[in-house]
Amino acid sequence: MENNSIKILGIGCASCVTLEKLCKEVVAENSINSSVEKVNDYKTIMSYKILSTPGLVINEKVVLTGKVPAKEDLLKLINDSINLPQ
Amino acid sequence: MLGLWVLLYFNLSVIYSTFENSRISASLPKPLFEALLFFLYEVPKVFLLLLLIVFVAGVVRSFFPPEKTRALLSGKSLFFGNVSAASLGIVTPFCSCSAIPLFLGFVSSGVPLGVTFSFLIAAPMVNEVALVLLLELFGWQTALLYLTTGLSIAIFAGYIIGKLKLESWVEPWVYESGINSENYSPKQTTFQERIAAGEDAVKDIFKKIWLYIILGIAIGAGIHGFVPENLLAGFMGKDAWWSVPLAVLLGIPMYSNAAGMIPIVQSLLAKGASLGTVLAFMMSVIALSLPEIIILKNVLKIKLIAVFVGVVGFGIMIVGYLFNFIL
Repeated sequence: MENNSIKILGIGCASCVTLEKLCKEVVAENSINSSVEKVNDYKTIMSYKILSTPGLVINEKVVLTGKVPAKEDLLKLINDSINLPQ
Repeated sequence: MLGLWVLLYFNLSVIYSTFENSRISASLPKPLFEALLFFLYEVPKVFLLLLLIVFVAGVVRSFFPPEKTRALLSGKSLFFGNVSAASLGIVTPFCSCSAIPLFLGFVSSGVPLGVTFSFLIAAPMVNEVALVLLLELFGWQTALLYLTTGLSIAIFAGYIIGKLKLESWVEPWVYESGINSENYSPKQTTFQERIAAGEDAVKDIFKKIWLYIILGIAIGAGIHGFVPENLLAGFMGKDAWWSVPLAVLLGIPMYSNAAGMIPIVQSLLAKGASLGTVLAFMMSVIALSLPEIIILKNVLKIKLIAVFVGVVGFGIMIVGYLFNFIL
């Protein structure tokens, strides 16, 4: 069972696809205990009150919008926001 | 860094004259020589100019995140709001894939519908890359005309949409969803972060457009060397009155960014198409696109989309005729 959830908010633009791929890589390479999920539905996306896509949501908190971070920055963002396994 | 830039930029003519006087150049046929000369001179020049402008734009944009733009525009009156929105469209970072979240975020938090449209029209159409390329390849008059008419279309199209009071043609859930604006609290952005934003912008934009630019200049170089026929003059020239509406209609299903349009604009112009017709085509491709319309259909009723396309298309046609008439 995963302890964490990572969501990528986006409606299928190139950056959103890149960010999803990058998240999956980072999670796999660092054995991070988290689900990675893409959200395509407008209403759900807007419920996070973002103004630009892609949006990155970790454990229901928006941590980044409007850009694809460098891989090491993404790892840091994820590490700072996830719950470690008990 | 800036010193290096200045040094390079102002010594470009050295490359140019070195090549001009070199032995290889003497053995080339004249048109090919002229074309190569143009290419060798323009590529580094345009890249250097873009490097500077895109960097500056990146830094400026770090002062205007979409959240701040929204706060600045909310509750603005008609017309003044449209002017602000169109101007902010130039400096606020925008990507067409963000059009929907921006639209929803603006409208649901009290930015008037017409003002939101002014922003959505200006943001992709008037941007620094297009202006630099127009400036370099067609001169400052063309760049300035593009800037002023692009802004005018955004302002007036938004104004008209606002005047028509079409709020009821937005899908109702947009207003119901309760996406209210949270109070915008600017987080401190440091000087280093702004510089980093400028560098990011340079990397981002160059990755996307370097090929178009080289292609555009190569076509320009070809034209420069091998003077072409007036192939298109008959049906895209000044005298063909129907060329402007046709250019706008043709532009709607196509989508490209401003940089990608430049090679096409160059070859059309070179074959005898008139500037007004070509600019109308360029604006239509950039500002009205089928993919965007399909995306917008999720949040707007089809009637409102039709008004949007109609008003913007009409504005572009006026610009096309205006250019054909005065130039």
